[in-house]
Amino acid sequence: MVAQNIAFGIIAAVVVLSAFRVVTTSNVVHAALYLVGVLAGIGGLYILLVAEFVATTQYLVYIGAIVVLFLFGIMLTRAPIGRTADLTSKQWPVAALVASLLGGVLVYALLDEFDDTELPEEPVINRTADVGDSIFSQFIIPFEAVSVLLLAALIGAIVLARRD
Amino acid sequence: MLINQFLILGAVLFALGVYGVLARRNAVTVLMSIELVLNAVNINFVAFGMMNGDVVGQVFALFVIAVAAAEVGVGLALILLIYRTRTDIDVDELDLLRG
Repeated sequence: MVAQNIAFGIIAAVVVLSAFRVVTTSNVVHAALYLVGVLAGIGGLYILLVAEFVATTQYLVYIGAIVVLFLFGIMLTRAPIGRTADLTSKQWPVAALVASLLGGVLVYALLDEFDDTELPEEPVINRTADVGDSIFSQFIIPFEAVSVLLLAALIGAIVLARRD
Repeated sequence: MLINQFLILGAVLFALGVYGVLARRNAVTVLMSIELVLNAVNINFVAFGMMNGDVVGQVFALFVIAVAAAEVGVGLALILLIYRTRTDIDVDELDLLRG
């Protein structure tokens, strides 16, 4: 358990610092690269939570595909590659106030409700096969809906982005 | 491990994402902040799934990942379209719908 807590501490520090840099750095490309740190750390958390399949999907889909998509987006919109002073809007103190209020209320509510609730020491192991069984039996309709959604998004993106 | 470790990390990540959505001017960085928010929610799903010992939390996390992929695809296509018509993706300048 101690080892897990140490791993959690390291990963949480990496995730929070990287996320902070994603929303504060003055360089768009660096923001995308810090996003890799956040996503990789969260993948590690999934492994701590014995969800290997979600962790693998996180690495494949998020880091493999979505970050690359972001980098393409940055290149295609010819964002300034170096530092830019105006990446944060002038109302950032209001945004910081709203975000810290929201975070404060959430943390207070969580501490109030789940004060010392422990995660199970010997967790139920859900293998990838169990996840697959569940998706293709109990969740077959949402699964088909997501398939149609992905197809629609694919066609929509092509229609929107092509030059005519 | 306490469940609160994961839930509070998720809450902090959510708040950082909300800050990014509100404060960033470049539309691509706004989309990145939305990814932070979605990931915060995913941590909660998987943590609660482990606490309850069932597979539903993981299944929902997978659905969220799929929807996030679709969202980024369409979002970046929209940003590209805005860039082509206005040569600028500053979200503070996008006020065509202002009355």
